[in-house]
Amino acid sequence: MRGVKRNERVRVALTLNGRKLAADAEPRTLLCDFLRHGLGATGTHVGCEHGVCGACTVLIDGVATRSCLTLAVQAEGRAVETVESLAGPDGRLNRLQQAFRDNHALQCGFCTPGILMSFTDYLKRNPRASEAEIRDVLSGHLCRCTGYAGIVAALKDVTKSSP
Amino acid sequence: MKPRPFDYLRPDTVEEALALLAEYGDDARVLAGGQSLVPMLNLRIVEADALIDISRIAALDVIREVRDKELGQSIEIGAAVTQNKLLAWPQLSEKLPLVAAALPHVGHFQTRNKGTVCGSIAHADPSSELPLALALVGGEIVLKSQRGERLLAAKDFQKDMLTTARAGDELITAVRFPAANGNGIGRGVGFREVARRHGDFAIVAVAAVAENKNAVRLGVGGLAGTPMVRRIAVNGAEEALREWAGELEGYEDLHASAAMRRDLFRNLAPLAIEEAKGGKV
Repeated sequence: MRGVKRNERVRVALTLNGRKLAADAEPRTLLCDFLRHGLGATGTHVGCEHGVCGACTVLIDGVATRSCLTLAVQAEGRAVETVESLAGPDGRLNRLQQAFRDNHALQCGFCTPGILMSFTDYLKRNPRASEAEIRDVLSGHLCRCTGYAGIVAALKDVTKSSP
Repeated sequence: MKPRPFDYLRPDTVEEALALLAEYGDDARVLAGGQSLVPMLNLRIVEADALIDISRIAALDVIREVRDKELGQSIEIGAAVTQNKLLAWPQLSEKLPLVAAALPHVGHFQTRNKGTVCGSIAHADPSSELPLALALVGGEIVLKSQRGERLLAAKDFQKDMLTTARAGDELITAVRFPAANGNGIGRGVGFREVARRHGDFAIVAVAAVAENKNAVRLGVGGLAGTPMVRRIAVNGAEEALREWAGELEGYEDLHASAAMRRDLFRNLAPLAIEEAKGGKV
C-alpha cells in the first residue's frame, strides 16, 4: 500500500514523454501543476481546474485524461505524454500539428495542447472518425477563439488521409 | 484553486481498502476515477481527511456475468471499471441496451476515460444518466465492509440529491444491472436528455424500457432528488405523463426553473417511449 501524509512531500517518479523523471509533490498536488512546476514541462496548459475546459488534457498510459483531475501521486509509475512529445526532435510538426497549422485551427493556442492530446488518443482508436464523431470528442474542449470550424477542418484533413 | 490538504492512501487489495474505511469512516473519501470528486475537492465544496484510491485494485476492474438471487442473469461492473471500458465492452448493446444508449451522454470522451460507472452511481447526482439507468432496470449496488457484504436495490441506495445509503465504512465494490430479457426487461430502449452542451450535466434525462407491446417502464432524472420510475401504458401516455409531471413538481436551480423541467420531461418522454417501442420487446 502507498500512503502519503497530508503535509508530507514525497518523490513522485514517472515517465514523461519517454524520459524517466521525478520531482516532489504533496498528496494534493494536481498532475497539471506537477508537470509545469515540478518537471518544468509547461506545454500543458491549466484552464478551469475542474475538468470542463480540456486545456490540461494529457495521455496517461496512452489514454486522454484531464491532468487537473488527476493527482500527481496517482500518476506515479505511469507513462505520461504531453504536447511536447508530438513534434520530432528537429522541431518538425507531426501530421496532426501540421493539419492544425494548415487550417488555422488555433489563434491564441491556449486550448490547443489539450485538443492535440485528446485526438492523439482518439484517432488511434478511430483513425477514420466521421465529422460527427470528431465533434463529439471535441465537445470535451473549450476554444474561445476559433469557433471550432478550423479545428474540425484540421481533424477532417487527418482522418481523410488515414489509410 | 487547489484542494485542501488530505492524506493519500492507495490500497492494493479490497481488504486493505476496507480496513482503511473502517478506520477513517466518513472522514475519508473513496477515489476511483475522480471525475466528480476531484472537481469538488478543487472547488473546496468537499473536504476529506483522506482519499482512498481504489483505482489500481485489479479485482475491482472486472466486468462479468453473475446470477443474482433477485435479478437473475446480471452484469456486474466492478468499482474500478471506467465508463469508456464499459462502452467498449463488446457485449454491451446485447446485454445492456439501455446502458449502451445512456453511456455516450455521460460526460465527455476525456472524462469517460477515467470516470467510473460505480463512481457515477456513488455520486448520486439527481440528473445523472447511470443512476437513472440503474434505477429504471431495478439494478443493485454491492456494498462491502469489514462487517460483511450487502446488496441494495437502486431505489433503496439513492436517498436524495448526492445522498446515498452507503455507510461510512462501506465500499461500493460493484453494481449489477439485470441483463436484457431477464426479469421481464425488454430489449426496446429509449434515452433522451437535454443539456446546455453535449456532455454537460443533463437538465432533464428520460429513459424508457419496453415491458410489452402495451406498456413501458419510464424513468426520469432531474425532476426530483433521485431518479423516479413508473410504468406507463402506451395508450393514454400523454395524460399519464402530464399527471406525473405535476406530481413531481421539479426543482429550480441556475440551469432551469421547475416549470421548464416539467416541460422538458413532457416533451422528451414521448420520444423515449417511441424509441423504446421501436425496439424488439
